Amino acid sequence: MKKNSSVVVDLLLLLLAITVLATPAFSDLVLSKVERRIDVTSQIARVTKTLKVVNSGSESVSEFTLTFPKFLGNNLAYLSVSHSEGKGKAKRSLANLSVKEAHPKGMPDSISFYSVSLPKPLSKGDTLTLEVVAAFTNVLQPFPEKITQRDIHLVMLQESAQYLSPYVVESQSLSIKLPNARIESYSKLENTKVQGSEIKYGPYKNLAQYSYAPIVVHFESKAAFAVAEKLVREIEVSHWGNVQVTEHYNLVHRGAQLKGEFSRLEYQDRPNPQGVSAFRHLLARLPPRAHSIYYRDDIGNISTSQMQSDSKKTELLIEPRFPLFGGWKTFFTIGYGLPLSDFLFASEGKRFLDISFGSPMIDLVTEKLIVQVVLPEGSKDISVTTPFAVKQSHEIKYSHLDIAGRPVVVLEKNNVVPDHNQKIQVLATLQEVQNIIQKCLAAHDKLEASLRDLSRTGDIQTCKAARKSTDSLLKDLSKELRPLLASLQSFPSASQISPKVEELVAKERELQEKLMAKHTTVVEGYEKKSSGRDIENRIASQQQKIIALRQEVDDLLEFIDEI
Amino acid sequence: MAAVESLPPGTPSAMRNAFGTVLSALILVLIGVLAFSIRLFSVIKYESVIHEFDPYFNYRVTQFLSKNGIYEFWNWFDDRTWYPLGRVIGGTVYPGLTLTAGTIWWVLNSINIPLSVETVCVFTAPVFSAFASWATYLLTKEVKGSGAGLAAAALLAMVPSYISRSVAGSYDNEAVAIFALIFTFYLYIKTLNTGSLFYATLNAIAYFYMVCSWGGYTFIINLIPMHVLLCIVTGRYSPRLYIAYAPLVVLGTLLAALVPVVGFNAVLTSEHFASFLVFIIIHVVALVYYIKGILTPKMFKVAVTLVVSIGLVVCLIVVAVLVALVASSPTGGWSGRSLSLLDPTYASKYIPIIASVSEHQPPTWPSYFMDINVLAFLVPAGIIACFSPLSDASSFVVLYIVMSVYFSGVMVRLMLVLAPAACIMSGIALSQAFDVFTGSIKYQLSSKSKDNAEDNTSTKNAPKDDASSGKTDKGEEVSKERSSKKGKKKEREPAEKLSVKSKIVKKKALVLPLEASIVALLLLIMLGAFYVIHCVWAAAEAYSAPSIVLTSQSHDGLHVFDDFRESYAWLSHNTDVDDKVASWWDYGYQTTAMANRTVIVDNNTWNNTHIATVGTAMSSPEKAAWEIFNSLDVKYVLVVFGGVIGYPSDDINKFLWMVRIGGGEFPHIKEADYLRDGQYRIDSEATPTMLNCLMYKLCYYRFVETDGKGYDRVRRTEIGKKYFKLTHFEEVFTSHHWMVRIYKLKPQKNRIRGRVKKLKQKTSSGVSSKSVKKNPWM
Repeated sequence: MKKNSSVVVDLLLLLLAITVLATPAFSDLVLSKVERRIDVTSQIARVTKTLKVVNSGSESVSEFTLTFPKFLGNNLAYLSVSHSEGKGKAKRSLANLSVKEAHPKGMPDSISFYSVSLPKPLSKGDTLTLEVVAAFTNVLQPFPEKITQRDIHLVMLQESAQYLSPYVVESQSLSIKLPNARIESYSKLENTKVQGSEIKYGPYKNLAQYSYAPIVVHFESKAAFAVAEKLVREIEVSHWGNVQVTEHYNLVHRGAQLKGEFSRLEYQDRPNPQGVSAFRHLLARLPPRAHSIYYRDDIGNISTSQMQSDSKKTELLIEPRFPLFGGWKTFFTIGYGLPLSDFLFASEGKRFLDISFGSPMIDLVTEKLIVQVVLPEGSKDISVTTPFAVKQSHEIKYSHLDIAGRPVVVLEKNNVVPDHNQKIQVLATLQEVQNIIQKCLAAHDKLEASLRDLSRTGDIQTCKAARKSTDSLLKDLSKELRPLLASLQSFPSASQISPKVEELVAKERELQEKLMAKHTTVVEGYEKKSSGRDIENRIASQQQKIIALRQEVDDLLEFIDEI
Repeated sequence: MAAVESLPPGTPSAMRNAFGTVLSALILVLIGVLAFSIRLFSVIKYESVIHEFDPYFNYRVTQFLSKNGIYEFWNWFDDRTWYPLGRVIGGTVYPGLTLTAGTIWWVLNSINIPLSVETVCVFTAPVFSAFASWATYLLTKEVKGSGAGLAAAALLAMVPSYISRSVAGSYDNEAVAIFALIFTFYLYIKTLNTGSLFYATLNAIAYFYMVCSWGGYTFIINLIPMHVLLCIVTGRYSPRLYIAYAPLVVLGTLLAALVPVVGFNAVLTSEHFASFLVFIIIHVVALVYYIKGILTPKMFKVAVTLVVSIGLVVCLIVVAVLVALVASSPTGGWSGRSLSLLDPTYASKYIPIIASVSEHQPPTWPSYFMDINVLAFLVPAGIIACFSPLSDASSFVVLYIVMSVYFSGVMVRLMLVLAPAACIMSGIALSQAFDVFTGSIKYQLSSKSKDNAEDNTSTKNAPKDDASSGKTDKGEEVSKERSSKKGKKKEREPAEKLSVKSKIVKKKALVLPLEASIVALLLLIMLGAFYVIHCVWAAAEAYSAPSIVLTSQSHDGLHVFDDFRESYAWLSHNTDVDDKVASWWDYGYQTTAMANRTVIVDNNTWNNTHIATVGTAMSSPEKAAWEIFNSLDVKYVLVVFGGVIGYPSDDINKFLWMVRIGGGEFPHIKEADYLRDGQYRIDSEATPTMLNCLMYKLCYYRFVETDGKGYDRVRRTEIGKKYFKLTHFEEVFTSHHWMVRIYKLKPQKNRIRGRVKKLKQKTSSGVSSKSVKKNPWM
């Protein structure tokens, strides 16, 4: 109850703050039409807005500001803004626009600001349509907060009937889609209509900046308020054609808490087992061709799950060990294998794993998501691309007879909703071939250096020793190279690069031989105490070849780098 | 094998041995695979999970060990159990199993094979049963040769009695202890046969491992002295016997005292006295033999009379001291369980807590047939075979079988000790029988072929055939009665007849008619096949259920009852970490291991009073029970109830034991109050005490509303008291099939008296109006 009253205070503060805002601090944009749809059929409040922006000022504008009341802004889990062009059927949405949180000066704390950079500056009189999708968690508050097993589950949503904006709004409407027609209460303003399970506010015309009309909707929700307090997803990429995904869920029911006793009798007696405040099962939509699926917890297999699969998806219906009532918690693990070829791709000599970020559970809110991508032993130059900001770190994991350990990319993000289920890419390379060639070249340089030393000091023995060590080093390197080349050839995707690599290796070997020959000649020359000129003459031809080869190798290296 | 030498030159006697060794090694490997894989039915039919009760405790200890290391383990004081007393785990547990599994886990993980502790624990028992069959081979080989060894190993690999304790997931002490037991016996026999001090030392170490693993080590420390005594009495004393025995007692006792749970018991309790007595006797005997060697017979006689008269006096004194010692200790120096071994009626008379465990009951005849099957018929034959000729080793196995038969008759659980003995005996019997029958077949066939013609070509082939058949027929018996490939045997027969010469000389006395031999062979093979079928059936159907997951096969498919884990999971996720859960002691280990909650009593029934307290609470009326539980800080009470689905081993069926154990300590609980005319019933004829006790109420709370009548499917009757309310407890969780019901102790109500009551009503109405406060948004 305390929470609610604090929200009320928030609202009052907000109203107060809004009245204070007399001067327009933002540019002369006008929202000619605003349509808002709020979907609260699940535990996540999804707000979709269509904003028609007109520049009525004289200067062109490249930034647009979105605002939310702070109590919503704090619970914002997902926000994406896209703009669309054209009209009617021909309308097509274009790329997402970049959004970042803004803190303009002189603005009250009770409003969250987000600044959107427009694709191109909006010049005078131009219009632009923006599509905003936002998902909020924890904004549906159970009220009452504690219910018995028999009570229905009521939740409450607070919003503003008028669109809170730093711009003048010419016309706006709001529709709230509820899970069912059972509405306990709702704020009645002018132009309020109820159609079945939908409440409509508006249209309201010509609203000033920062206009605000608080509304509260109190309704029944049968949705599963399943929240994963912590979810650890481990994605293990294996050389053997498998991607193994293991997900550890710490699940809690965040709906109204259960008050009093739990009677199995009443729970089972109910004709509609869809239970009141308890939920029985969760649906996980796994990628197609998922196999070896298991579902267990610390103390063994959980036998209550069903699976359906077709070519498009695999659906796993899992039931926790016990029905989850409000406030009850549970823990479980699901795991499945995926075919490697569906998720691992090659590009530019690198491999990248393209896999979805969030949990496959439908309508699950994850408070803390940790994704661990375990790459095969020896992967290097790892980089991650995500469509949104996440915290990254690296670890090493040892498993299955590892020696060096497998690199693990750890991604962390708080407050994740299904909208975050976008693909992330993890890149790792096989730069090893190039590395080895580079090492060879370095060894060549060393040889040359030893020759120079020889000419300066005349110490044949050290020079010979240098040659010997370089020789063994080169042999080791070529040994290392062999399996790498073989693995390169086995990948069909590397077809374009592998001939080049082979050429590179061949050239490098030739270079190696020539250098050795040259070295021997020089050393022999010194041993025979022939004159410097004599030696020079003898190696001149070799020297030329070496230089030419060196040039070719460098070119090839550059070429491969470009690929 | 005199015939071998008479064969043409180039006979590869060494090669024949090598071939035999390779073949028996191969058979042994196969036996190991068989022993392992026959125990995997539980994993295939159910899942890879720890079974039953005690294994859960062992699993928990292993988890602790693998997490905290060995030193923490020795010092572990467990405050999750026996609240508020706690338990010193390191000092009260046989650490062998835990350390074994912990070591396996550690080795695997240090080479980066990421197996979980659970997986290692689940598969420890099958792995060790493979070891046990190999140890059986070694032991029987020492007694009667490798043929008998292979047969015994194969029999042991699948003997149902042992399977019942060592299926995958049955992570209990017996899993490794049977291996340790057999291996200790093997080393003892090996020392006895060789007189090598090396084996004697190994023997002491094996005995140490056995002491670490299981309380059943007392069987060894009593059986071996008995055998030594037997040898001395029958005039078989030899220095080898001395080497086999004396180091074992000295080293073994020292090592045993290192195990915290045994400690000074190794010298203080009467279970070990027999070994010391025999230790003295063997020294006296050794001295006598020595003196006999250096004295003339006349002088010796004089010495004997002298020594005997003095010795008698000394013996009397020693006996008197011993008797005084034994009498001064409270249970007469014998622990309860051991006493119940000697006097089968002891437990049920004096210690209800021992008698209440089903595995401590004497077995019934069908259970012998179930657990050792045809071995029961082969054992007498084996004993006879052991007497021809009687050696030190064979007299040991005879003594072993006799003792284990007696003990198994006392306690079902000790059937496990009988099983290896029965396997060894049956292995010997089978091997001897096959020897006799195949020998006589060979003789008959060869005498026929002698009549016909002797051609040289066949004798040329002889060495090779001999080489293969001589060793093979023993190995073959095993593979024979495992898979009963009769055809293969027949194929071999023509080849074998050529090599018969070797056997003729030896087996002449035992020759049987050809037809009779063949028929007898076939019958033996059939017997073996029957045994195999029974064992596989027992492994698959009877002994593989993990008992925490139940399944039933109905017309619409397999139905799984996973209620136990459902409620343990609920407890572990939805109660406070430090909450105390009271339940009957059977579920203590599971609650601590699976739900990680503190329990009042558990399966390590070391404190009878504490168990009696819980028993009293369960058999008291609600209010008294609430007070008892409240004084123990209990927050939740867990009962197991099978009335809805017909699960027979529920708390109502165990209830009488709670009454008896509770009544043993608290006399106000009388068994008679719960019985109507000596009959235990819960229907309308039940006594009011029964119908008002906590157990009845917690089990049947709102049960009648399920079907309207309150028909209990286990007791097959309608319950006596149908509608009642709970005042001091509230239901917080009931599992899907009602098998586990968890109740919470209600907090004590505020004291209400007169004026205060009115005031209270006022405030309470105020509170209630507040709690149903109207939605401020309306």
